[in-house]
Amino acid sequence: MPGPPDRAGLIQQKKAWQFWNRSCRPEGDMFSGLNRIIFCVSRRIAGAVLWLVLAAFACSPAYAQDGGQMRPVADMFQPLSRPAEMIHSSSMLVLAITAGIFVVVTTLLVYVVWKFRRKGPEDDLKEPPQIYGSTHIELAWTVVPILITFVLILVTSRTIGEIQNRKMPENAVQIRLVGHQWWWEVHYPKEGIVTANEIHVPLSRRDGAGERPTELILESADVIHSFWVPQLAGKTDLIPNRKNRTWIEPFATGTFFGNCAEYCGTQHANMLLRVIVEEPEAYERWVQKMKAPVPVPQAELAAQGHKAFYANSCVNCHKVDGTNARGVFGPDLTKLMTRQTIGAGVAPLTPETLHAWVRNPQTLKTGCLMPDMKLLDSEVDSITAYLLTLK
Amino acid sequence: MTAAPAQSLEWKMPSTRKVAVISLILTESALFTIFLVAYLFYMGRSLNPPYPSQVLTFPLFATIALLSSSFTIVFSEMALHRGNRLAFHFWWALTIALGAYFLWFTGTEWKHLIFTEHLTLATNVFGTTFYSLVGLHASHVIIGLFLLTLILVLSLLGKIPADHTEHIEMISWYWHFVDVIWIVVVTVVYIISIRY
Amino acid sequence: MNHETLDDNFQIPPPERIGAERGSLTRIVQEMVFTVDHKTLGLMYIASGLLFFVVSGLMAVMIRIQLAVPRNHFLDPDVFNRLFTMHGTAMVFLVGMPIIFGFANYLIPLMIGARDMAFPRLNAFGFWVFFFSGLLLYFSYLGAPGLYAAGSAPDVGWFAYSPLTAKAFSRGHSTDYWTLSLLLGGIGSIATSINIIVTTLCLRCKGMILGRLPLFVWMFLVVAFLVIIAMPPLSACQIMLILDRYCGAHFFDTQAGGSAVLWQHFFWIFGHPEVYILILPGFAVASEVIPVFSRKPIFGYPVMVAASVMIGFISLGVWAHHMFTVGMTSIGNTFFAISTLLVAIPTGIKIFNWIGTMYGGKLRFELPMLFCLAFLFQFLIAGLTGVMLAIAPFDWQLSDSYFVVAHFHYVLIGGLLFTIFAGLYYWYPKALGKMPDFKLGLWHFILFTVGFHITFFPQHISGFLGMPRRIYTYDAGRGWDLWNLISTIGVFFQVIGILFFVFNLIYSYVKGKKAGDDPWDAWSLEWATTSPPPSYNFETIPEVRSRRPLWDLKHPDDPDWKYE
Ligand code: HEA
Ligand code: HEA
Ligand code: HEC
Ligand code: CUA
Ligand SMILES: [Cu+2]
Repeated sequence: MPGPPDRAGLIQQKKAWQFWNRSCRPEGDMFSGLNRIIFCVSRRIAGAVLWLVLAAFACSPAYAQDGGQMRPVADMFQPLSRPAEMIHSSSMLVLAITAGIFVVVTTLLVYVVWKFRRKGPEDDLKEPPQIYGSTHIELAWTVVPILITFVLILVTSRTIGEIQNRKMPENAVQIRLVGHQWWWEVHYPKEGIVTANEIHVPLSRRDGAGERPTELILESADVIHSFWVPQLAGKTDLIPNRKNRTWIEPFATGTFFGNCAEYCGTQHANMLLRVIVEEPEAYERWVQKMKAPVPVPQAELAAQGHKAFYANSCVNCHKVDGTNARGVFGPDLTKLMTRQTIGAGVAPLTPETLHAWVRNPQTLKTGCLMPDMKLLDSEVDSITAYLLTLK
Repeated sequence: MTAAPAQSLEWKMPSTRKVAVISLILTESALFTIFLVAYLFYMGRSLNPPYPSQVLTFPLFATIALLSSSFTIVFSEMALHRGNRLAFHFWWALTIALGAYFLWFTGTEWKHLIFTEHLTLATNVFGTTFYSLVGLHASHVIIGLFLLTLILVLSLLGKIPADHTEHIEMISWYWHFVDVIWIVVVTVVYIISIRY
Repeated sequence: MNHETLDDNFQIPPPERIGAERGSLTRIVQEMVFTVDHKTLGLMYIASGLLFFVVSGLMAVMIRIQLAVPRNHFLDPDVFNRLFTMHGTAMVFLVGMPIIFGFANYLIPLMIGARDMAFPRLNAFGFWVFFFSGLLLYFSYLGAPGLYAAGSAPDVGWFAYSPLTAKAFSRGHSTDYWTLSLLLGGIGSIATSINIIVTTLCLRCKGMILGRLPLFVWMFLVVAFLVIIAMPPLSACQIMLILDRYCGAHFFDTQAGGSAVLWQHFFWIFGHPEVYILILPGFAVASEVIPVFSRKPIFGYPVMVAASVMIGFISLGVWAHHMFTVGMTSIGNTFFAISTLLVAIPTGIKIFNWIGTMYGGKLRFELPMLFCLAFLFQFLIAGLTGVMLAIAPFDWQLSDSYFVVAHFHYVLIGGLLFTIFAGLYYWYPKALGKMPDFKLGLWHFILFTVGFHITFFPQHISGFLGMPRRIYTYDAGRGWDLWNLISTIGVFFQVIGILFFVFNLIYSYVKGKKAGDDPWDAWSLEWATTSPPPSYNFETIPEVRSRRPLWDLKHPDDPDWKYE
C-alpha cells in the first residue's frame, strides 16, 4: 500500500478493502490450490461482512477525527503493519464464516420458534407427532460443521506459520523491550540507545528495497506483561525468565497507541505504550539525537536542580548518561524530554505534569513504584528545571 | 411401571464402594500427574547444586519392600476368603511392616539429603519438585498405613464380621494404587532424572 | 428432622415432609446444619449460590460504574482490581459451581428413582466445605492485611498468574485466602462429584439402564468426571503456590529458574474443562426443558449423549488456547487451535438437535422455555465468538481484550445463568409446591435479557478497538467512551431484572398458586412424586421401561418403549 492513508476513516476503510483484494491473489505461496480457492471464494462473503462491520464502526465517534499523526483509536480492523494485516485478512474470513453460521442458525431458530408456536388452547388437546431422531439429518449437521472446521483449520495454520516463521532481514531494526511494573524499558542494542515507554521505528515499504521491519525481543523484569499495539501486531507476552520475540512492519507513519495487555498489578491500566513510526530519514535523525550527549545545564535553576537531583536518592533508581546516576529500577531519564508522555502514558509530558510528578508521583499515578520523595518546594522547582534540560 | 411386559432381567447395580474408590483413584492419579509433570519439566533446570546425579541413589530395598507388600496384601485377602483369620492377620501385619519399612527408608533418605547434602525444598527447583513429589507419595503411604492398621486392630478385636469384607478389598485396591504410583515415581525420579 | 442413617444407602423415612413444616428460626438452622437430605442440601447449595451471586453481581455493578466514563474517580485502582478478582472468582467458584451442584443434588436422585445420594454424609460435607471456602474468600476483606498491612481482598485476577502471586509482588495474605479458599472448594467439589458418579452408576431404579437415563443426568455424569479429573490440577497448583509462598519452594519463582508459564499450563488444564463443567449443566437443563415445552421427545438422544461425552473428552486437550500469546512454537499454537476448533462440532450437534426437537412441536412459551430460547440464541453468539478466539492469530489481537470479556459473559450469563433461571423456574413448583408467577417472571426475563445484551454486546466492539480488560481507567478519545457508557447503562436493566427475580421467588412462595405434582405435564421421574417430594422421595421405588416413564404412564396406548 503506497504511503500512509492520511484522510478520514472512510478512506482507510477503502484501503483496507483494497488490501483485502490484493491479499487474496496467489502470490507464490506454498499452499495448495484448494486452500487458495477456499480462501478466495470466501473473500466475497467476507467483503460483504467487512462492509457491514466497518460501516457500523464508521458511526462511532472515534472516526470523527483525522487519520493523521496521532492514532489513538487502536482499531484492529485498520491494520497498518504487516503482521496485523495478515491477522486482519484471516480474521475477516473467520468473521465471514461465523457470520454466515450465525445468520443460518438464527434464521432456522426464529423460523422454528415462530412456525411451531402453540397457537391456542386447541393445541393442547393433542400431542404433536413424536419423533425420536433421524440418522440422515443428524449426519448432515455433523458433516457440514466438520467441513467448515476444516477450512478454519487451514486458514489458522497458514497464518500462524506465516507470522511466526518470518525471517528478519539484515537491516531490521532490533529492539529489546523489558516490561516493568508499570512502564516499558526500551533498548536499541545496535544503536546503544535506552529510553522508556515510547518506541521509534522507521517506516517500511512494500517494495523489497525499502522493506525494513522491526524485531522486538520481549523480556520482563518482574511479572508478566504483554505487548499490544493493535494496528501494528497482535500481542505477545513479556515473561520473566524467558525471551519472546515478535515483529512489526508498519506501512504508515504516525503515533500508534498500545497498552500492556496482561494484568500486572495496580497500575496495569496506566502501562501505555506508544510506537512512533517515522520516515526513514526522520528516524535516523531521532537516532542521532538520542546518541548525542546531554549537556550539563548552565541556567542557574537547572544547575541547582542538577545538584539536588544527585543529592537526593533519585540516582538510585534512575540513570542519566554521562553522570553517576546509574539506577536501573526506574526509567532512564537521559533523554526524558524527547518523550510525549510521562509515567507510561498517565499524562502528556509538559513542564506542569513533570512538576507535579516530581512533587509527588502518587497523585498522578496512584500506587506506582516511584515513592513520594517529599522534596522541598524549591527542590521540586529546580529538579523540574533540570529534568527539562534532558533532551 | 405400568402394564408393560415384565422385565426379565435381574436388576443389579455396581457396588457403590467400588465405584467410589475407582473415582477416588482417578482423581488422585490426576493430582499425581501434575506433580510428575512439574518434576519432569524442571528436570535439569536447577541453577545450583546439588543435582539428582550427585545425591540420589536407587532405593532398592524400599522399592522391593513396597512392591512385595502388594503381594502380601493379596495373600492376606486370599486367606480371608478362605476363612483363615490367622493367615489373614499374618499377611496383613506383614504388609504393614513392609509399608512401615518403606516409610522409614524415606525418612532416613530425607534426613541424609537435608543434613548431609543440604538439599531442601528451597535449595533449587530439584529440591522443590523432588520433595513435593516424593512427599506426596509418602503422605499416601501414611494414609494407607493408617487404614491398614485400623483394619488390623478392628479385626483383632473381632469387629469385622466375616461377610463384611468389601472394606478390606477397597483398602487393598488403594494400597495397590499407592504401589503403582511408586513405580512411576521411582522410574521418573531415580532412573530417568538421575542422569541430570 | 432426624435422619438416622443406618447404612449409607438406606434411611428410615422420617414422618414429616421437607418444607411442610415451618418451625422457629433455631429449628430451621438446626435442621440445615444437621441435614443430610439431598433435597435440603440441594436447596442450600442453590440459595447460597444466589446469595453469592447478588454480592458479586453488585461488585460487577461497581466495576461498570467506574468504567462508565473515562478517567473516572469512583474507585481506586487497588479497589477496582480487588473487585474484578473477587467478582470473577466468586462467580465461577461460589455461584456457578454451587448452583449446578445444587441442581445435581436435588434432581439426580429424583430422576433416577433413588432415595438419596449414595453418600449422604459426604454430601453434607461437600456442601459445608464449599460454604466455608466461600466465607474464607470473603473474609479476606477483613482478615488479609496481615503483617504488612498490604492489600485486603485478593487482587491478582481470577486466574492469578504467577509471578504476580509470589510473595515479592503480593504481600500480605490476600493471595493466601484466595489459594486456600480454592483448595478447599476443590475438595468439596471432588467429594460432591464422586457422590454424583456413584449415585448415577449405582442407585438407578429398576429398568433405568444407562441408555434411558435422562439427558440431564447424563450430562451431570460427564460434568462429575470432568471435575474429578480437572479439579486436582487446580488443587495441585494451589499446593505448589502455598509451598512457594510459605516454604520457599521455587515452582513459579522466576528468579530461581522457575517458570511463570508452568502456572498457566496447570491452571488452564483445570480452567478450560472448568468452563465446560459450567456449561454442561446448562445444556442439561435445556435438554429437559426444551422437549417438555415442545411436547416432543429430545431429538437424537444417543447423539446428544455421544456429543456430551465428546465435549468432555476434547475439553481436556485444549487448555493452551488461553495461552496463545505466551510465545508457544507455531506447532503448539496450531495444535491447540485445531483441538479447540474441534469442540465446535459436538456443540453444534447439540444446538441443531435442540432445534430439531422444537421442529414439528407445539411450543409453549412458559418461563423456563423463554429462558432456554434466549439461551440458544446467546450461546450461538458466544460459541461463534469462541471460534474467533480459537483462531490463534485472531486471538493474538483479541486475547485479554474486552472481546474476551464479552465472549465469556455471553457463555456464562447467556449460556449458564439463563439456563439456571430456566431450571429454577422449571423445578420451583417441584421444590416448593407453588407456581412461579408468570408476569413477574416475564418482567425478569425481558429486563434481564435486554440489559444483558446492552451490557455485553458493546464490549465486543470496544475489544475490536483495542481496549484491554482489567483496566480501572482509560483515556478519552480512544474510541471506547461510548461503548463503555452503553455497557454501564445496561447493567441497571439487569439489576431491576434481578430484583424482579428475587421478588418473584419470595412472592410466589407466599402467594403463588398450588402447583400440584406435575404442573408442566412432563415426563421424567421427579414429576411422579409429590411437590415438594417427601424426604424418602418415592413411596415405592418406580420401575422404568423407557426414557420417558411418565409419558408411558400417560399414554398407555402409545408408550415410548415400543420405539426405543
Ligand atoms: C461456560 C463457559 C464457556 C464455554 C462453553 C466456552 C466455549 C468456548 N470458548 Fe471460551 N472462555 C470462557 C468460557 C467459556 N467458553 C471463559 C470464562 C474464558 C475467559 C477466561 C479468562 O481469560 O478469564 C474463555 C476464553 C476463551 C478463549 C481464550 C481467549 C483469550 O483469553 O485469549 C478461547 C480461545 O480459543 C475460547 C474459545 C472457546 C470455544 C471455541 C468455545 C466452544 O466451546 C464454543 C462452541 C460453540 C459453537 C461453535 C456454536 C455452536 C456451533 C454450531 C452452530 C456449529 C457450527 C459451527 C462451526 C463449525 C464453527 N474461550
Ligand atoms: C458466572 C459468571 C459471571 C457472571 C454471572 C458475571 C456477571 C456480570 N459481570 Fe462478570 N466476570 C466473570 C464472570 C461472571 N460475570 C469473570 C470470570 C470475570 C473475569 C474476572 C477477572 O478478570 O479476573 C468477569 C469480569 C467482568 C468484567 C471485566 C472486568 C475487567 O476486566 O476489568 C466486567 C466489566 O464489565 C464484568 C461485568 C459483569 C456484569 C455487569 C455482570 C452482571 O450480569 C451481573 C448481574 C447481577 C447483578 C446486577 C446483581 C443484582 C443485585 C441485586 C439486584 C441486588 C439488589 C439487592 C439489594 C440491594 C439488597 N465482569
Ligand atoms: C524507588 C525508586 C525511585 C526513586 C528513588 C525515584 N524514582 Fe523516579 N521513577 C521510578 C519508577 C519505578 C518510575 C516509573 C513509574 C511508572 O511509570 O509507573 C519513575 C518515573 C520517573 C519519571 C517519569 C519517567 C517517564 O519517562 O515517564 C521521572 C521524571 C522521575 N521518575 C523522576 C524522579 C526524580 C526527580 C526522583 C528524585 C527526586 C526520582 N524519580 C526518584 C522510581 C524511582
Ligand atoms: Cu504490564 Cu499490564
Ligand atoms: Cu477455554
